[in-house]
Amino acid sequence: MNDVQTRIIELIAKSKNLPASSIGMDTTFEELQIDSLDKINISFDVEEMFSIQIPDESLNSLKTVGDVVRGVEHLVSSGPAAPVAS
Amino acid sequence: MRVAVTGLGCITPIGNTVETFRDAMYAGRTGISVFPTDMPGSRPGDPGLRFKTTAKVKGFDGTQHLSPSVLMVADRSAQFGIVAAQQAVADSGVLIRHNPANVAVVTGCSCGGRAADEDANRELYTRNARVPPTVILRTMASSGASHISAQHGVTGPVLNLATACASGTHAIGMAFQMVRSGMASAAIAGGHEAPLTFGFLRAWDSMRVVSPTSCRPFSADRDGMTLGEGAAMLVLEPLDDALARGAHVYAEIVGFGMSADAHHITQPQAAGAALAIGRALEDAKQAGINEPTGRVAYINAHGTGTLANDATEAEAIRTAFGAAVERAPVGATKSLTGHGIGAAGAMEALATVLALYEGRLPYTAGVTNADPALKLDILMNEPREIDPARDLALSNSLAFGGLNAVLAFRRLVP
Repeated sequence: MNDVQTRIIELIAKSKNLPASSIGMDTTFEELQIDSLDKINISFDVEEMFSIQIPDESLNSLKTVGDVVRGVEHLVSSGPAAPVAS
Repeated sequence: MRVAVTGLGCITPIGNTVETFRDAMYAGRTGISVFPTDMPGSRPGDPGLRFKTTAKVKGFDGTQHLSPSVLMVADRSAQFGIVAAQQAVADSGVLIRHNPANVAVVTGCSCGGRAADEDANRELYTRNARVPPTVILRTMASSGASHISAQHGVTGPVLNLATACASGTHAIGMAFQMVRSGMASAAIAGGHEAPLTFGFLRAWDSMRVVSPTSCRPFSADRDGMTLGEGAAMLVLEPLDDALARGAHVYAEIVGFGMSADAHHITQPQAAGAALAIGRALEDAKQAGINEPTGRVAYINAHGTGTLANDATEAEAIRTAFGAAVERAPVGATKSLTGHGIGAAGAMEALATVLALYEGRLPYTAGVTNADPALKLDILMNEPREIDPARDLALSNSLAFGGLNAVLAFRRLVP
């Protein structure tokens, strides 16, 4: 498990009060009972943790933990976050 | 329709159950104490305040009563309200009998999620931090009402009122009117507030009305109010229904009076308060009480302990009662609970209901020498047995901005 994956799983586990061992890359938000508000909160924390900005359109397509991890890895590799207002 | 109080719940500076609240009330054990100066945002050691005391809720742990998903979005204020409502609903068993679609929830909360607001803004303005998405949800003054409704599946009228220091009284009064009129078949009503943040204390400090010592309403040496926090909730339902289902009835609500001073944002007017007191008594006639003024055994005053409030309120009581004032003892429980702003009226309604139910009047703790200029019979030094010939009690709330609300309760002796 790489660092991004570990940190995201731990973050989700903490927010849902679950053991990290119960969460894998294929675990879906539905299985974790992550509702739209949880998703907004987790995204906020992930953005803070990795200094990135998750675009709204990507947020809507996230369905699994793996989706988040891959999305974050992509955003991290594409450099620092763009300014909020262009 | 006659309206009964069949459930009580509270989280207060003098107790987090109704039993502990009652015991502390009769023992005159105040919840006012010196607060620690290391609160978020303050400089260590010197908070820069003229006062040193508040009335804080002690030993409250939301995690013992609320799910993580509620805790995530409920500020301390809403948490108090939700837990007090849990107690009141359990005490009354009201939802066993009533269809939740016909039940109302009316809360009084004026300050909203003050801690969430200040925490987020401090980070925002000092280091340009982003604001977490839960802040909106934690700061909404109506969030307590929403959570109470969701927790109990109540889908009737659900709303929050913000009338500063009278919010809790207005909430109970409006719920009373809903039940009396048949608009709701039962109601959960009260107030909750948790405003003891550093910014709030600083702002009150500038108002120069907070006591450098401790709140002593109606005392000759009173020197101001003491800020507090907490929640109290009452369950209301038609008296006939309550009796039919064998519910425990604490008291009857018989009247509600509202008025406004239409004068000034801080200067209270005796005429406005007297109008609300008179209307509450007049309203009691609907419950078949013909000579209400002569039947009042207890007045739980707004009694903040400031020079202006207590003098004006005393004048209002004398005006509304006339000669009958001599036999209407007056006390203020803010000397125990502090001033809980939106929760104050609800905590005082609780104290008033308990006083009638127990047949004993609480005394104004910390007062040994009542201000003779007020010309009132002030309850002090020890609890007093209720006059058995009298069965009514009033609970006054007189808010900043001249918004007045008065509830009238009747003792029901089994």
